[in-house]
Amino acid sequence: MKNRPEIQPTHPLEDLVRMDRIPHIWCSGCGTGSIFSSCLTAIKQTGIPYNKFSMVSGIGCSGRGAGYINIDSFHTTHGRAIPFATGIKMAKPELNVIVFSGDGDLFAIGGNHFIHAARRNMDITVICVNNLTYGMTGGQVAATTPHRAKSSTTTAGNPETPFNLPLLAYASGATYVARWTMLHARDLADSIEEAIRHKGFSFIEALSPCPVNFGRRNKEKSLDTLKKYYEKTIIRNGANPAEADIDFNKGVILGKFLQISKPTHDEMYKKMYGQSKPNEELKTS
Amino acid sequence: MKYWRVPLDSEDVQVIRGTVCILKDRCKGCGYCIEYCPRKNLEFSKEFNAKGYHPPAVKNEDCLNCHYCELLCPEFAIFTVEAPI
Repeated sequence: MKNRPEIQPTHPLEDLVRMDRIPHIWCSGCGTGSIFSSCLTAIKQTGIPYNKFSMVSGIGCSGRGAGYINIDSFHTTHGRAIPFATGIKMAKPELNVIVFSGDGDLFAIGGNHFIHAARRNMDITVICVNNLTYGMTGGQVAATTPHRAKSSTTTAGNPETPFNLPLLAYASGATYVARWTMLHARDLADSIEEAIRHKGFSFIEALSPCPVNFGRRNKEKSLDTLKKYYEKTIIRNGANPAEADIDFNKGVILGKFLQISKPTHDEMYKKMYGQSKPNEELKTS
Repeated sequence: MKYWRVPLDSEDVQVIRGTVCILKDRCKGCGYCIEYCPRKNLEFSKEFNAKGYHPPAVKNEDCLNCHYCELLCPEFAIFTVEAPI
């Protein structure tokens, strides 16, 4: 072996990871780690000092993200990652708040919080790791499980229609909506960087394989899922989110669906309440 | 890569080479880096690591320092650095 350095330098992301907690709990073949590393790369790429970031996550496999990142982070109650993030953003508007959580946390138990944060246009970045199932609790059917996919509670196939997450975000009033898979790691990192810089509610869905609890029941190994991500996806920026449902037989649309600018909740709130205290206003009127 | 003729500026262009660093004991053997290396530069090694997985090994020193394995690895177990020319 030639040119092999004698002392190996450390991994470039190690300053952002709590190395005492590594190895993490994510299974072999799980995509959450890749999405997490894309997210850390994006944080690094922005060049913003690390003390201007805060990461919030809920419960679930991907909810562990907040525990592994070496910046200020919150591991919150189930489904309530976005309310915590909203609170952080209201108290300290100069922070870049990133919500890193899963589809079950953000859209099943926390669905209401998501649509209202999007409606208010809170200036936060939401990264949803979508593995199409409840991975941590044993592979039960989730709000995002595709029609006819098998899970531990729908052994003959899921009879329901899943959520179309980009359409939901778009309809609720998000100002940045994108979808990538963990295989499109570079696009995902660039998209997260763009979303962090974007002012307003940004939503990025990242598809990830769950080989243990979703793949095993649907007869696909993690590399098969990645092959599907490679062959059956099409990148179409600016596509209509209504066509972006996840159906691998017809092809899954990836890309940036939307980026518009709208006054954020901070700006609107400061404009109406920031100058004087509400009580004084009452006294003078 | 094969060219139909030698490019005129081939002597001026310096191709960046990379060196792959593998932290063997962190690997969980998912095989993403091996499958998706654009240069097909990696393979499963015969040896076991501390966790009982086969970590990747460098097949031929053909890395172009694209950092894709580094970005795709869920375990922070592989990365590339620019090799001295």
